[in-house]
Amino acid sequence: MNLYGIRAIYKFEMARMRRTVMQSVLSPVISTCLYFVVFGSAIGSRMGDIDNIAYGAYIIPGLVMLSLLMQSISNASFGIYMPKFSGTIYEVLSAPVSYVEVVLGYVGAAATKSVILGLIILATAKFFVDYDVLHPFWMLSFLVLTSVTFSLFGFIIGIWADGFEKLQIVPMMIVTPLVFLGGTFYSIDMLPEVWQTVSLFNPVVYLISGFRWAFYGVSDVHIAISVGMTLVFLTACMVGIWWIFKTGYRLRS
Amino acid sequence: MQPDISVKHLSKVYGDGFQALKNINLDIRRGEIFALLGPNGAGKTTLISIICGIVNLSSGEVKAAGYDIVKDYRKARETIGLVPQELNTDSFETVWDAVSFSRGLFGKPPKPSHIEKVLKDLSLWDKRNNRIMSLSGGMKRRVMIAKALSHEPQILFLDEPTAGVDVELRRDMWEMVRKLRESGVTIILTTHYIEEAEEMADRIGVIRQGEIILVEDKTQLMTKLGKKELRLHLAQKLDKVPGELTLEPVELSEDGYELIYTFDSQQEQAGVARLLRTLGDLGIEYRDLQTRESSLEEIFVGLVHE
Repeated sequence: MNLYGIRAIYKFEMARMRRTVMQSVLSPVISTCLYFVVFGSAIGSRMGDIDNIAYGAYIIPGLVMLSLLMQSISNASFGIYMPKFSGTIYEVLSAPVSYVEVVLGYVGAAATKSVILGLIILATAKFFVDYDVLHPFWMLSFLVLTSVTFSLFGFIIGIWADGFEKLQIVPMMIVTPLVFLGGTFYSIDMLPEVWQTVSLFNPVVYLISGFRWAFYGVSDVHIAISVGMTLVFLTACMVGIWWIFKTGYRLRS
Repeated sequence: MQPDISVKHLSKVYGDGFQALKNINLDIRRGEIFALLGPNGAGKTTLISIICGIVNLSSGEVKAAGYDIVKDYRKARETIGLVPQELNTDSFETVWDAVSFSRGLFGKPPKPSHIEKVLKDLSLWDKRNNRIMSLSGGMKRRVMIAKALSHEPQILFLDEPTAGVDVELRRDMWEMVRKLRESGVTIILTTHYIEEAEEMADRIGVIRQGEIILVEDKTQLMTKLGKKELRLHLAQKLDKVPGELTLEPVELSEDGYELIYTFDSQQEQAGVARLLRTLGDLGIEYRDLQTRESSLEEIFVGLVHE
């Protein structure tokens, strides 16, 4: 195991986060706070409770998930796309590091950033909305699991992308709609039956539901199914990355 | 002694069907400076990229410092430093961070004293806290060399190291390469500048359309393939080469005042004596004569256009 190699990549990526703190930390925190202000404090006070939870508190897990997914994907995809774009990837390819080590460095750093961001958002939420965490262990586990899974997913996107546009397409065109329609702002039960069934094909439903369960003990689907589905997606991403390195897809000709 | 780089029956066919390398066999000795010459698109960079692990090989076997580059890729790559042709550098990192990053990536524990030495040797010490984007092209090139040397490699690849570099920096680099060789590092460089190979290399390999067409000791190559030319400045104009001289490859210059005799430098020099004797017999007088040896560049052009 080339531990120095993993550390070098990890440190490099964390330094990038420090340089771009406005973009990678401050901006998601501010935009999430706007949601808290508008939907939590302003409109939320006029909305009825869902599952006996105040609306402002109800939307917190979904909003944290939104930032977590977006930032994990964008951090990890940028992390690997930039060396490809600037050409510095030659160094990683010629270094005595296995692909597992490369992934540990890049994805580890991206996931770390996301977890830190998630915790900052949760801390800031306290200023706007009153909430409790019923199962802190599970809350943290979900936070970490989701960050890792979507950082892996972002890594795949970063390797697949051959232009800046493609980097943006997946988070903006796919992930954002999935999060908005995945029960961030409502309970799946509130939808007509047909749309409830359709929603079950949205993987984000399971993430938000499980995360919300960790906060309030209520969920749209059973917690075991949430964990199971997240692990399925995690495994799928790992298989994707294994395939990328095995075939050299867009990395080694 | 086992070669530092051993390439056996190496072929590379890219995904689009283009065969970049055809059955390459090449041994590079420990501690030598080997220059790989070839026109654009001949396969120089592909060959280097395969040895360094950036491009997958299609068939054949490559060993670096005795380690198979596929099966033992960790050990093989640890011994190699690569300075690629393109100026691919990070922009926002400082010089010190970038070079330290490279050392870590290659699995070596931090050693600030070594990084300091490398930066000082490359005249980068003053710039160590500067962001790379603020450096000039020549300085960036030095940073890339520093990165390649950060993990104390046994073998160093320099792919067109002096392309687009001013004369002074080129001299500095030659000096640095010589010092590295003295410290025991094996150096493989590709270049377009024949004078660079002529100046530095111990051995020269020529690659053309994916095939190694020649590997020779530099001095032997120059004597073997070098042509010599004898020019005689005549006292009086000639209209044509006298019939008595046609045995030798002699030409007359356009103005009729010069006889040019070309001969292989390894050949017996009898031709020159014979030529001069015949001229004497014919009563053709000459005022001056000069001989010239062909440069590696002329040899090279002759080779790749064969």
